[in-house]
Amino acid sequence: MNIHEYQAKELLRAEGVPIPAGEVATTPEQVEAIARKLNGPVVVKAQVHAGGRGKAGGVKLAKSPEEARSVASKILGMQIKGLTVEKVLVTAAADIAAEAYVGIIVDRAAKKPVFMVSPAGGIDIEEVAAKTPEKIRKLPIDTRYGLTPYQASELGFFLYDDTKKVRAAAKIMQQLYTAFMKNGCSLAEINPLVVTPAGDVVALDAKMTVDDNELDRHPELEQLRDVTAEAPSEVQARAANLTFIKLDGNVGCCVNGAGLAMATMDLVKFFGGEPANFLDIGGSSNPEKVVNALKIITSDPNVRAILFNIFGGITRTDDVANGIVTATKQNPLKVPIVIRLTGTNEEIAVKILTENGFSAMTDMDEAVRRAVELATSGNPRPTTNDRGSA
Amino acid sequence: MSIFANKGTTVIVQGITGRDGSFHTKQMLEYGTRIVGGVTPGKGGQKFENTVPIFNTMHDAVRETGATASVIYVPPMFAADAIMEAADAGVKLIVAITEGVPVLDMTRVYPFVHEKGARLIGPNCPGLISPGQSKIGIIPGRICKPGRIGVVSRSGTLTYEVVYQLTLAGLGQSTCVGIGGDPINGTNFIDCLKAFEEDPDTEAVAMMGEIGGTDEQNAADFVKQYMSKPVVGFIAGQTAPPGRRMGHAGAIISGSSGTAAEKIAAFEAARIGVARRPKDFVELLKAKVGRGKTKSAGKPAAKPPARTAAKTTKPAAKAKKTVKRR
Repeated sequence: MNIHEYQAKELLRAEGVPIPAGEVATTPEQVEAIARKLNGPVVVKAQVHAGGRGKAGGVKLAKSPEEARSVASKILGMQIKGLTVEKVLVTAAADIAAEAYVGIIVDRAAKKPVFMVSPAGGIDIEEVAAKTPEKIRKLPIDTRYGLTPYQASELGFFLYDDTKKVRAAAKIMQQLYTAFMKNGCSLAEINPLVVTPAGDVVALDAKMTVDDNELDRHPELEQLRDVTAEAPSEVQARAANLTFIKLDGNVGCCVNGAGLAMATMDLVKFFGGEPANFLDIGGSSNPEKVVNALKIITSDPNVRAILFNIFGGITRTDDVANGIVTATKQNPLKVPIVIRLTGTNEEIAVKILTENGFSAMTDMDEAVRRAVELATSGNPRPTTNDRGSA
Repeated sequence: MSIFANKGTTVIVQGITGRDGSFHTKQMLEYGTRIVGGVTPGKGGQKFENTVPIFNTMHDAVRETGATASVIYVPPMFAADAIMEAADAGVKLIVAITEGVPVLDMTRVYPFVHEKGARLIGPNCPGLISPGQSKIGIIPGRICKPGRIGVVSRSGTLTYEVVYQLTLAGLGQSTCVGIGGDPINGTNFIDCLKAFEEDPDTEAVAMMGEIGGTDEQNAADFVKQYMSKPVVGFIAGQTAPPGRRMGHAGAIISGSSGTAAEKIAAFEAARIGVARRPKDFVELLKAKVGRGKTKSAGKPAAKPPARTAAKTTKPAAKAKKTVKRR
């Protein structure tokens, strides 16, 4: 789960990281009031889950409260990479003498969090890594011992020569590491970490990603989720305990298991179609989950055909069949459905389906091909479900 | 004729009285897995289904039973601790089925397990099965058949799909291992490929990867350098959008890295047969097996399992007990 800059800054401030004062606002009037309170030049920053905000015009300097109000009216409501800006952070502007990068990311290969620091901050760190890799220092951390003082100091000396700044940076790195661990992050970065003309080291921007698997342990972090940044269907799916990702195609997919769900999408493409979504109903599915899944799939107006692909291991295929029957009785389908199921209780499932006017296939390839044909053949059939040849 | 688990493997179920644990313990017992005990704190002294003794701790369970393996069905927030408890108690194979284990937990668990000399499979995995011998986890037994194809995969149901097609086509399996869909897991593709290469009764390997990370690319390098046995590979997620977690915590394209295209290219460079869709495994493997050895594909190996067991029970810390049982 991504959180916004202003939220990440709150979490870092709680650990003592020096960050210029600032507040979040949703209207130009609020922005003006905050700027007046900060009593000096401010930066107005779009709060969206997208990189490259500055390039897109989502970050502007304002010298007066009136100017802050005027730039805010332009930023609020603008689109950045398809996301509408609903909030801005208004923060005291800082003069910058030098910019550095400090970040922690969970590295899959090292199986550890890895610190990455660079004196070349303020720009995309991947760009630095590609062009001038010698300007990046990486340090894997054993989480059983944490970031030790000598390690923090080593990283500090990679950034600065002046001992005072090194100490300040080392302290910030300890604080960043604490925030990273405490909040169950998979990524936490400060970019840029700046030195002001007065010689103070402060964090001007912050980004944190929380591991979704930590949210049960940290219900308070769940509160930070910005549902306006997500497709409504994905919010609905999460509430129903389904893993759903909306895509642009027209074959609605409902599958058990993430790997099989991906392979099903790939097969849709293989046969010349485009998947409308990724949807994993999970292992021990009950009919209720299937009902919710169908609700979500059919709410997408692009969907021209629905494809069920169920391999019953733990999943009972009769549960899925019952779910399909219940769901379609509640809301008759307006598009054809192709059902492929095999495995646990297959005979019962097929019986349930045929008694209710559905047909079931057993071969994955044939089912996918059929669904693609139905989706691309143009007119959705409004009346019945597909009775295609199995 | 298997890797990691065979007829001699004795297993403790951690979380044996829970919903998933009890269901799958019955399935494993039915399959013939030697479940010698279970652990549920507070229920020590009781028996599961009137047969399997339950212990309060893993140390008790291992001391009393001499078990060599454990399988974990405890909720995600307690899974990391359960893995460490198992490693500390001295089992050499730990299979963690639990999905949703925080990745930072795994950064502590992995070095701990490694230092204890245990092999961890998972978390977030279906476990493994050596058909006809032992099933540790949740892979449905009836879709498998003893034979000479090694199967390794990051997925669950996709693995079942492929294994079932292999079985229907007469291509039995030596061992099927689900290594799990998390970013940090205990056993990777290379660990399994290496074991399959060394297993005299595995003739070819089917490998199912997916988007995210570099495990498949590293596996391809390994195949190129060290494998004499043919390998066929598949990558799920060719149509996945970047930056989105596709169900599995580890199935995410970060920036431009971890794409299906890059993994497939690595396979091709290593002369791994590329299955474009799950169905292709059958034909590709059929073309590769039975070339050198005539009586290969599909036939359950005729050797008595007890003999191979001695060879393949790699981490035989409790060797004495294993021998006694035989």
